Amino acid sequence: MRKISIDKLNSLFSAIAENETLYLPVDTKAGAKFEKWHDGAVLSDALNTVRSAKDFFFPQTENLMDFKVDGKNIEIIDTREECEDFVIFGVRACDVKSFEILDRVFLAEPVDSYYKNRREHGVIMSLACTKPHETCFCGTFGIDASSPEGDIVCHMTGDALCMDAKTEKGKALLSRLDSLTEETDGKAVEEQKKVTKERLAKLPLASLSADSFGAGKTEKFFGAPEWKELSQACLGCGTCTFVCPTCQCYDIKDFNTGHGVKRFRCWDSCMYSDFTKMSAGQPRLTQLERFRQRFMHKLVYYPTNNGGLFSCVGCGRCLSKCPIQMNIVKVMKKLGGKEND
Amino acid sequence: MIDVKEPLIPKIGVVTDIRIDTPDVKTFRVVTPDGKKAFEHKPGQCAMLSVPGVGEAMFSITSSPTNEEYMEFSIKKCGCVTEWLHSMEVGQQITIRGPYGRPFPVDTEFVGKDMLFIAGGIGLAPLRSVINYCRHYRDRYGKIDIVYGSRSMQDLVDYKEIIDEWANDAGVTVHLTIDREQPEWTGHVGFVPNYVKELGFSPDKIAILCGPPIMIKFTLAGLTELGFEKTQVYTTLELRMKCGIGKCGRCNVGAKYVCKDGPVFRLDELDELPDEY
Ligand SMILES: Cc1cc2nc3c(=O)[nH]c(=O)nc-3n(C[C@H](O)[C@H](O)[C@H](O)COP(=O)(O)OP(=O)(O)OC[C@H]3O[C@@H](n4cnc5c(N)ncnc54)[C@H](O)[C@@H]3O)c2cc1C
Ligand code: SF4
Ligand code: SF4
Ligand code: FES
Repeated sequence: MRKISIDKLNSLFSAIAENETLYLPVDTKAGAKFEKWHDGAVLSDALNTVRSAKDFFFPQTENLMDFKVDGKNIEIIDTREECEDFVIFGVRACDVKSFEILDRVFLAEPVDSYYKNRREHGVIMSLACTKPHETCFCGTFGIDASSPEGDIVCHMTGDALCMDAKTEKGKALLSRLDSLTEETDGKAVEEQKKVTKERLAKLPLASLSADSFGAGKTEKFFGAPEWKELSQACLGCGTCTFVCPTCQCYDIKDFNTGHGVKRFRCWDSCMYSDFTKMSAGQPRLTQLERFRQRFMHKLVYYPTNNGGLFSCVGCGRCLSKCPIQMNIVKVMKKLGGKEND
Repeated sequence: MIDVKEPLIPKIGVVTDIRIDTPDVKTFRVVTPDGKKAFEHKPGQCAMLSVPGVGEAMFSITSSPTNEEYMEFSIKKCGCVTEWLHSMEVGQQITIRGPYGRPFPVDTEFVGKDMLFIAGGIGLAPLRSVINYCRHYRDRYGKIDIVYGSRSMQDLVDYKEIIDEWANDAGVTVHLTIDREQPEWTGHVGFVPNYVKELGFSPDKIAILCGPPIMIKFTLAGLTELGFEKTQVYTTLELRMKCGIGKCGRCNVGAKYVCKDGPVFRLDELDELPDEY
């Protein structure tokens, strides 16, 4: 494990940015946000960014390919380019876990080459949490906020930033920074983990359990009468899906530029009424079905297809952003039976 | 440029023949610019066709894999992409990607069995591929019965092929029906589900159904009455699709994605899915 004094952070970032584009959370009017580092940029103190980190690998819109149309003829233009190496500093444990959840979709055969390209070139410097919020419930899904995964796991221990490389990519980057950093035994990190774990255990949602959900539970929950009450006030605005680090639904749309056609992929939301609309009919007629789809996917369908792994990381974004204060915690409490009373 | 295959990037297809089947269904023949099939497929699989600038849409590959020259798609006009496709002329290029989905188990569960095909309207499109596959490998399968119905005589897709080829094959019996009487029609009149019951098939065969949801629903009830088990009955589902590869999150019924786990389902498999299709 290596460390660097907090007052030398700028030189650390600058050394990284010499070779790779570096992104880190900074404060903006709209809250904390990942931005490209520039000399003097200040790392945000916020616990997490308003938007999740999924944009780095699965951007809100991206150009998939272009077409040239000439009379009856079409030319397909492959616009994909090898992505440059980049580093994301300050990704929290929940968001790091979300990458694994997205990987299982996009890297499953047939592999999504757009996603894979970015994923291969991104180095994740995660940052352990020290002061989790009351909306955090990553622990429900077995995520330890005091000890995230990532290529390089970082801990802010009072006066120093401690860095532990976990992967080949991480080791390569950290060894490049050797002249700036010094070896540390990691005692301060262990001490800090202990304190954070105590804080995590005292969070209001610390006892929230997902045990009654999971693989193969479709029949148990699909027909539950509680969906009616839970979905009643849902506006179908899709905010919860857009802020969610694990929501991955997308649409494909063409745009005629006048000189040719650009095909885009953009985020979509299962909360929208036209998401599944067909000429032959609409399998999800009311907001109840759409609302149920979102939560059944996270708590039952995804785990069914992915060895029990849930598609929620307890980041709490949907808790703070939903205009009607509905969220996955309320769903789990209402449907989850005794353990969640 | 990235040097790996991307499933969302299609190939160019050229339309080499257009057949008008019914007032709103046309069948298009598609090959690559060098005159080959765009890819190999199995009966029941689909492909994404697109008109750049208009959009992409999923269609059953209605030609049999045993056709080594081209692929065919029977397409019903009902929206932006399908209208554009209907307005095409021969020689037009489109894009094509696939094949998608789990096919009918033609080389396993169907082998040695008597086959009963039941289709309504454009539902014949996915079945035509299986029917012609079974006709090609005739000795692998037992007796073949085909029940096909449409609103009117003019709405029967592939009418010529059915009358001139299928009906003349040894061991193949075709039962056509239309919803309402028509002066020039001498065949059966009535809805498919009732006709199936009237014909009273013995439940010792594989039944494959394709058509509008309402037809499927009543025909299934009829087949159950005749003594068919759920493990003998197959159908296909149709949900809205964008990617075709289980990633865009659009076509799931419960934990199954119709684009990759379907569109072909056996009735007992379908019974395990929540009622949301
Ligand atoms: C697995 C599968 C196999 C299919 N096979 C055939 C076939 O062999 N022949 C055939 O004619 N059609 C087939 N379809 C239906 C075909 O995909 C739709 O008719 C087509 O997408 C409509 O596109 P459009 O752009 O013309 O309509 P749009 O302009 O997109 O929309 C017109 C209407 O159709 C709805 N729509 C959009 N996508 C679909 C969809 N996937 N299915 C149904 N309605 C949709 C829209 O919501 C709207 O109500 C199949 C669909 C699936 C999923
Ligand atoms: S469902 Fe809510 S808490 Fe769970 S990962 Fe998505 S935004 Fe975060
Ligand atoms: S749950 Fe809330 S954020 Fe999500 S669609 Fe409904 S109203 Fe919008
Ligand atoms: S069409 Fe995208 S998941 Fe099935």
